Amino acid sequence: MSALDAFGYVIDLLAVLLLALGLKGLSKVRSARSANGLAALAMGLAVAGLLIQLQPDPTAWLWIAVGTAAGGLLGLLTAQRVPMTAMPETVALFNGCGGMASLLVAVAVALFGSGDSGLVERISIVISVFVGAITFSGSIVAMGKLQGWIGTPGWTQSSVRHAVNITLALASLVGGIFMAAAAAGSGDLPLWLLVVASTLLGIGVTLPIGGADMPVVISLLNSYSGVAAAAAGFVVGSQLLIVAGAMVGAAGLILTQVMCTAMNRSLLSVLFGGALGAAAGGHVGGGGDEAGYSRIVSCSAEECAMALENAERVVFVPGYGLAVAQAQHALRELSKLLEANGSEVSYAIHPVAGRMPGHMNVLLAEADVPYEQLLEMDTINPEFPRTDVVIVLGANDVVNPDAKTDPSSPLYGMPVLEVDQARQVFVVKRSLGAGYAGIANALFELPQTAMVFGDAKAVLQQLCTELRSQGVGSKVAAAA
Amino acid sequence: MSSLDQALWVLLLGSLLGLELIGKVPPTLHTPLMSGANAISGITVLASLTLIAEAQGNPALLVLGAVSLGFALFNVIGGFLVTDRMLAMFSRKSDSRKPSGGEA
Repeated sequence: MSALDAFGYVIDLLAVLLLALGLKGLSKVRSARSANGLAALAMGLAVAGLLIQLQPDPTAWLWIAVGTAAGGLLGLLTAQRVPMTAMPETVALFNGCGGMASLLVAVAVALFGSGDSGLVERISIVISVFVGAITFSGSIVAMGKLQGWIGTPGWTQSSVRHAVNITLALASLVGGIFMAAAAAGSGDLPLWLLVVASTLLGIGVTLPIGGADMPVVISLLNSYSGVAAAAAGFVVGSQLLIVAGAMVGAAGLILTQVMCTAMNRSLLSVLFGGALGAAAGGHVGGGGDEAGYSRIVSCSAEECAMALENAERVVFVPGYGLAVAQAQHALRELSKLLEANGSEVSYAIHPVAGRMPGHMNVLLAEADVPYEQLLEMDTINPEFPRTDVVIVLGANDVVNPDAKTDPSSPLYGMPVLEVDQARQVFVVKRSLGAGYAGIANALFELPQTAMVFGDAKAVLQQLCTELRSQGVGSKVAAAA
Repeated sequence: MSSLDQALWVLLLGSLLGLELIGKVPPTLHTPLMSGANAISGITVLASLTLIAEAQGNPALLVLGAVSLGFALFNVIGGFLVTDRMLAMFSRKSDSRKPSGGEA
């Protein structure tokens, strides 16, 4: 072993150690930020170590500089510019690019790799292409759906999609087998078949999945990107890649499991069951129309403000609508007013509220909401009976009482926030359209519920204005 | 890779390590953990760099390597920075003592 090799081993081991510590630290609130820095440091160390070992020639340096400048600059700009409300899309985009990188590495080795490759190497290339392509196209579709660029086409909710996806999977398998069997360089047709079929497969499996299941999909794709990196590690023969990829893959699986448990659904039903509610007859409100509701009471922001003024205990239930309306700062302002008025304010966070795991926590943290006021489902549920006013902001399925009481509901069995136990419930919503999952909500028809129609941000600002006009604001001004 | 079974052991132990490290995560950290892990998965940069350095002047390999390096670095740099941005918001108030965070 030369000194250079030994140096490489030491650097790799150090990088693995730091990455593991970083991942560990990321699961504790106190250490998370420094752990992220540690992981970044490990990555920098690994890159530096590899460059010292490889000793690239000047041409190679030039291309490294080109790639670094392009990727690094775009990454820097994106990370700085993107609003917190768009975090799920951003993570999906980054994720997809990671998959794309693995795909490109494998394709490059397959097309231009030097000399004879062994069976193991060819199988590694097949896996790397397959997982990389699915991660890429799946993440881009997920991003498009989150951005609202792509809807859920009708055919994807019929059994046609199973036929399409099975065909694509078989095509990928055929391409993969031919690639693995044939010696490298004996025709590139199987490779292109694999690339195209697995890219389409990524689209085919992500497209049918409804918005309510997005947190699961995002964490699953995140896990895939780790698997793709590990596969690329097999292709280029880097143990560091294999370790890091495997760690990310396993960690992603755990998060996926957490999300599935929170929705009381199995991973299989999320992946192959299509959008929630699409298959349930009769109960479906249908995207956008108002069918299925008969006892709706709506009220103005003024009435809502009066109820808030007299409430001792207020609980906000944020959902995706809060993110869409970018209403987190307006919400914080309102809760400051209420606190100044002597109310006890807290926020009920459902594990799958929003479009990615922990989405609401990030938004509320951005608006400076104290960490202690964010209560998890198990903590807040016993508190609802002694809560005066609950305000539901753009959340829907996670507060649907049918999930507890109606065995025919597609949501039945999913743990929900029991807001129907509170004395008074206001639901802030733009229209009576069904939730993203397309399921009618029994909460809206309860006698203690009133709907406040409007954009979440606009309604919250109106509420603040109303409260201030009733003299609540003056105390805040004194306190501030 | 010196041998396949060695690589498979590394894969197995790495997976177990990942499962062990992320035992119980508070919901607040779900998003940052995911985007942090996502940034780590951009470690494919190493594969891209290897590709470029060992291209031996093959222009196709150089171009493909540089493009994949761009994608992977976008993942890494963007991922770590965005995670840091999120975590900065958390530490702003949940901790009175300011932890000095590393920079990506």
